[in-house]
Amino acid sequence: MQLTGSQFTTATADAGNDLATFPDFPAEIRAPAGTTYGVSGYQIHFASHNVQTPGDAPDVLVAMNPAALKVNAEVLKPGGLLVVNSGAFSANNLKKAGYEINPLEDGSLDRFRVLALDVTKMTLAAVKDVGLGSKEANRCKNMWTLGLMYWLFGREREQTVGWLKNKFAKRPKIAEANIAALNAGHIYGENAELPHGISAYEVPAANLAPGEYRNISGNEATAWGLVTGARLAGLEVMYGSYPITPASSLLHNLARLKHFGVTTFQAEDEIAAVASAVGASFGGSIGVTGTSGPGVALKSEAIGLAIIAELPLVIVNVQRGGPSTGLPTKTEQSDLNQAVLGRNGDAPLAVLAAATPGDCYYMAIEAIRIAVKYMTPVILLTDGYLANSAEPWPLPDLDALRPFPVEFHKDPEGFHPFLRDDNTLARAWAIPGTPELQHRIGGLEKHRDTGHISYDPRNHHLMTKIRHQKVAGIARDIERAKVAQGEGEGDLLVVGWGSTYGSISQAVRVVRSQGHHVSHLHLRNIWPLPEGLNGLLRSFNSVLVPELNYGQLVKLLRAEYLVDAESLTRVTGQPFRIGGLIEAIEERLQRSAT
Amino acid sequence: MSPNPPKKEYTRKDFTSDQEVRWCPGCGDYAILAAMQRTLPSLGSTPENTVFISGIGCSSRFPYYMNTYGFHTIHGRAPAIATGLKLANPELDVWVVTGDGDGLSIGGNHLLHVLRRNIDLQIMLFNNQIYGLTKGQYSPTSQVGKVTPSSPLGSIDQPIVPARFALGARATFVARAFDTSKKLPDALRAAREHKGASFIEILQNCPVFNDGIFDLITDRKTGPSCQLWLENGQPMKFGANGEKGLRLSPQTLSLEVVTIGEDGITEEDIVVHDETNASLAWMLTDLPEVVALGVIYRQPGPVYDQSVQAQRELAEVRFGEPDLHALLRQGHTWTVS
Repeated sequence: MQLTGSQFTTATADAGNDLATFPDFPAEIRAPAGTTYGVSGYQIHFASHNVQTPGDAPDVLVAMNPAALKVNAEVLKPGGLLVVNSGAFSANNLKKAGYEINPLEDGSLDRFRVLALDVTKMTLAAVKDVGLGSKEANRCKNMWTLGLMYWLFGREREQTVGWLKNKFAKRPKIAEANIAALNAGHIYGENAELPHGISAYEVPAANLAPGEYRNISGNEATAWGLVTGARLAGLEVMYGSYPITPASSLLHNLARLKHFGVTTFQAEDEIAAVASAVGASFGGSIGVTGTSGPGVALKSEAIGLAIIAELPLVIVNVQRGGPSTGLPTKTEQSDLNQAVLGRNGDAPLAVLAAATPGDCYYMAIEAIRIAVKYMTPVILLTDGYLANSAEPWPLPDLDALRPFPVEFHKDPEGFHPFLRDDNTLARAWAIPGTPELQHRIGGLEKHRDTGHISYDPRNHHLMTKIRHQKVAGIARDIERAKVAQGEGEGDLLVVGWGSTYGSISQAVRVVRSQGHHVSHLHLRNIWPLPEGLNGLLRSFNSVLVPELNYGQLVKLLRAEYLVDAESLTRVTGQPFRIGGLIEAIEERLQRSAT
Repeated sequence: MSPNPPKKEYTRKDFTSDQEVRWCPGCGDYAILAAMQRTLPSLGSTPENTVFISGIGCSSRFPYYMNTYGFHTIHGRAPAIATGLKLANPELDVWVVTGDGDGLSIGGNHLLHVLRRNIDLQIMLFNNQIYGLTKGQYSPTSQVGKVTPSSPLGSIDQPIVPARFALGARATFVARAFDTSKKLPDALRAAREHKGASFIEILQNCPVFNDGIFDLITDRKTGPSCQLWLENGQPMKFGANGEKGLRLSPQTLSLEVVTIGEDGITEEDIVVHDETNASLAWMLTDLPEVVALGVIYRQPGPVYDQSVQAQRELAEVRFGEPDLHALLRQGHTWTVS
């Protein structure tokens, strides 16, 4: 189902539409077919105008079996088109989905326009001449349905035909059968006399800015951003990682990029993964580790080591539902507290958060820039939604990216390992192999002026302060806080961070169009917070902070600025629905008005 | 200046840092430190290319006393940090310093994996069979019955045999020595010369919490009848006059201590040491009456960091010059005009 969705996405991009996707799949690898917990879904929102979210309620739902219908029917708009594979509505499948009566027969779907087709039967007929076994032939039904959807929305089939030929190059019969099914589905649409009101749509191309585009998912963008950032720094990447959902594809992507000066190391556990990255940074590479929340918990001590040893390190946290194992394949923003605060001791580091799949590219570059400039660990927060969903992405102008080449310390004159840059407070990065700069660093507190072990109470206070000031100083080196939409003052400021950018942006747009004085501010720098934020927060009568957690950024804002920011939380493992945000914003406005 | 300036001759002093050594008086670590500082110049090592990585514990203070690069890291993780360092710069000569607690308790997992991967570094495990820095609790190598603050009625944990652990992890080099031995430098040298992960267990006396635990082995009087110094290709003999030796018992398929000249035993009966024989090494790691010392096992295998480099070179051949512009355009792109 995920591959079928990706193909529709590519064809939609080719048609020039703007789009956003939301793949939603179970944690089990091969969850039993036909069960509600085994349903794998793929949501796509496309239009001739700007699209920022995968949408709240679909206009069209394709349900390949009763379980898929059961899980998704309630989100389909009344009057929406429901395409079902009636061939899969057997007594057994109905029972597995928990239907006592066949919903195709009891009138419960009357609020939709239902197109019930025996896709199974028509697929088997379409691929009969290829001579596959019944199991393999049956598997072509997704392509049949894709063909029908291509007809419905006027998508071209060439790209998918090419993809099938390439994917099944070694099994040409499978390719042939899938192409036959794809074509048969399309031809069915062209010829069949479909019920009234079901006809091919035309969705004109969106008014995207001119340029070269590709579809990109967040984990691809992060991987490519890390490679780009390392090249801008003039460093090699050492990516140490332990497989974990939904971060593993970062490791897969980077493992294919060895010729870009990337070494990937699949470590024995999360701790070894971060430790290897710390060791690599000590040796003069940019050490990077990627994981999800439970993995960050295991890495905390080593991150603390990088903080006290003042080594650059990038930790990518592709957040998922928690705590503990939580909801591995579902999205959440609940690791903000962990990122900002989750270590022993006073242990500050920089925290960044990407807003969109494409933004992951730029934030990965920024993470490396800050890490090497300030000799500090940087946590980059993305999430399961960003990692897996796709959007059209205008390709970056590589020549416009400013290099930030690292110069290792080489001068023995007056050297000690905690020699600092007066401006950034970064310590000197002298790497093993450099003559006459032999030195020892480690997890024990060091003296400010010699780099030797020091238990001096005043020195510890001073070093704690320096570590704090160093990270706080990054605020001078990042973009000032500014509203993403609306005026710099008004009734309500909606403050978001991370992957909720699209939903909040759309919701604020709607509320503003009704004449409300609402603005949207989106944070990409979580720690340190950008300069100018305090003033903006105080320029609004009230502040609302929607988050896919139980209220984390809101606490940080309240603690830092003594501002009466209010929380809007949703912890369902799924992105915000725009409708829900609009309601919450309106409710907040009404409350302040009375 | 001549185009080829003469190579500097390094001495012990060049490898000695200016830091005051702060182990307890009489600690075995002093002897190991001295052996290392004395030995490195003769191995062709340079201070700038040598790195000591340690975890946590008494042994792990070692890097501070070496005038090389050093990283005193976190408990148990030194092998993983050393792995990353070696992947970033395979040219460095990296030594890991750990102890029985650091390496076999909290860091057992990393020790296992660094050995099986065969990363080219030297691992010195100082085994004093006790937790020193936390004040005397039993360790994973403490003998059953050991009375400590955390085991007032005696430890009930079965101890690990470190060299056996290393063999089980498929280490390609396993040696054993003790802190004050004159032959310790030979073991360090052999470890340094081996390509791959070299594991050296160093029996080390803790004068404060476990004093005299190895006295029988290290004492001048009793030592000769307890120390079996292995030499490849030589019969495994020991004792004050070399009168004892190891014979393979055909009944139990294990090594037994015999006395040459007694019960019809001759030199012919004594097993000859073969460093490449894993079965023999397994038996040597845990002998009755006597402790095998020196190189127990040495069998070169594929070196991880070299394989990593080879794959990177292969990727360069297969995929050509890295081109970011092309990378971002791989797959499907389209133009909006």
